[in-house]
Amino acid sequence: MNPSVASGGFDIDRVRADFPILSMRVDGKPLVYLDNAASAQMPQRVIDRMVEYQTREHSNIHRAVHYLSEIATARYEEARRTAQSFINAASEREVIFTSGTTEGINLVMHGYGRKFIGAGDEIVVSAIEHHANIVPWQMLCEERGATLRVIPVNDAGELSFDAYQALLGPRVKLVAITHVSNALGTVVPVRDYVEAAHAIGVPVLVDGAQAAPHIPVDVQALGCDFYVFSGHKTCGPTGIGVLYGRESLLEKMQPYKGGGDMIASVSFEKTTYNVLPFKFEAGTPPIMAAIALGEALDYLRGIGLEAIARREHELLAYATEGVSRIRGIRIIGTAERKAAVLSMVMEGIHPHDLGTLLNEDGVAIRTGHHCAQPVMTRYRIPATARASFAFYNTFAEVDALVASLERAKAVFGID
Amino acid sequence: MTASNQLYQEVILDHNRKPRNWGTVDGANHRAEGHNPLCGDHIVLTLSVGSGGTVDAVGFEGDGCAICKASASMMTTAVKGRAVGEAEAMVQQFRDMATGKLDPERDANQLGRLKVFAGVKDLPSRVKCAILPWHTLHAALNNDAVTSTEGDGA
Repeated sequence: MNPSVASGGFDIDRVRADFPILSMRVDGKPLVYLDNAASAQMPQRVIDRMVEYQTREHSNIHRAVHYLSEIATARYEEARRTAQSFINAASEREVIFTSGTTEGINLVMHGYGRKFIGAGDEIVVSAIEHHANIVPWQMLCEERGATLRVIPVNDAGELSFDAYQALLGPRVKLVAITHVSNALGTVVPVRDYVEAAHAIGVPVLVDGAQAAPHIPVDVQALGCDFYVFSGHKTCGPTGIGVLYGRESLLEKMQPYKGGGDMIASVSFEKTTYNVLPFKFEAGTPPIMAAIALGEALDYLRGIGLEAIARREHELLAYATEGVSRIRGIRIIGTAERKAAVLSMVMEGIHPHDLGTLLNEDGVAIRTGHHCAQPVMTRYRIPATARASFAFYNTFAEVDALVASLERAKAVFGID
Repeated sequence: MTASNQLYQEVILDHNRKPRNWGTVDGANHRAEGHNPLCGDHIVLTLSVGSGGTVDAVGFEGDGCAICKASASMMTTAVKGRAVGEAEAMVQQFRDMATGKLDPERDANQLGRLKVFAGVKDLPSRVKCAILPWHTLHAALNNDAVTSTEGDGA
């Protein structure tokens, strides 16, 4: 493959110039940032947007009648509409700002799970979930006497749809499943999973933390009932995320947090909750972060999610080919459909040693269990070294990764 | 030279490849398991402490990175034959060195060849890997069956 041809039409130099951090050096070496699945970097436009907000627009929202409050409220609600169109939600009432994917899942656990799931009921998750889409459901199961059922995964990292269908019995009250695995990169055909669950009247939550930055997401086309993702993985700031919920379900749910902004009226006798989406946004939200997330989503849309997915696919294919040529490396996660994640183990070098050695070359990867310990257990490994790509990565950076892996072998005296 | 160039020295790589005192001590009277929940390092340490209060035999097994394995291997060779009190003193010295509180070239210590781990103080995310075996030794000598570096300020 000729990288310059393979990147067809994508102006990589211009894109990289948008991200000031990408030109930094680590210990004298150019930074090669391949830890995008943990957190993506932020374009200057988003950084500027935060400065602009704090400089000229900041106040509390949905409260006062003064100029700044009107401006801040308007910008915050514009960000909500940007998020709405980013995932093609039918209504802005279905878009709730959260602190991130984890809070989004916990909100559904409290608001939906604790109201509608009881003793003897079942919740279905998959074997490749992040801890954030396991632990809240376990907590609910423990509290309510419900049972967690797990869709198994094959050696390549693909879920068994047949096993899933077999799990969909009369006791199942909710399915919570990832769109893209953070540890393996597997893209789950969630639309099929949603259809099967809906056929027996069961709602589906999709963890989109690893999908939203990498592939086009259309919640109406997917048909899911809840979709969650994080701002900092989509080139926005930390501390902000989005929960999409189907309006009819959100209406039936109980609030997750009580406080200001989520009420219509309060007396000591009775409190009436606010309308959607405010019912789920108690207290002062991270206004600047929400507005910056809107800017980030707008930036991603400007580049185009189709173009991003294509470019990352080329990077992943090129990296997979390069890494596969290194003797002693085993790629964990070889699903037919993958996104942006290359998890690996090297014979004779623990992933943590690999991570430290790569860091010497300025190559930033993640090592560990990736908050997916059941995945590590499934493949009988303690940890993996994970390179994860973003559209702003280059083929030269993939070459640097491969060269650094070879150097690590040399340091450890492995041929 | 970067911090980790200093860290991955031949002696560490050698102990990683050929860990000394690998296995379980027959008739051990002290045992502890150590675990780094964040990175999955796991070791089982068995010791036989004689009536005179010396470490007569010590063995370890487990899974871990080169830093953890080499630290465990070199620890076993260092404490074998020593009085329990001396071993405990070394636990403290090693932890202090790994967290930058003790300079092995300047401050009094019995660490000897273990000084090769001094560079880990510049790699905060790897300090726990180096300390885990020592943590586990401390637990074994104090009859705590299971220990973890979680909650350790290191």
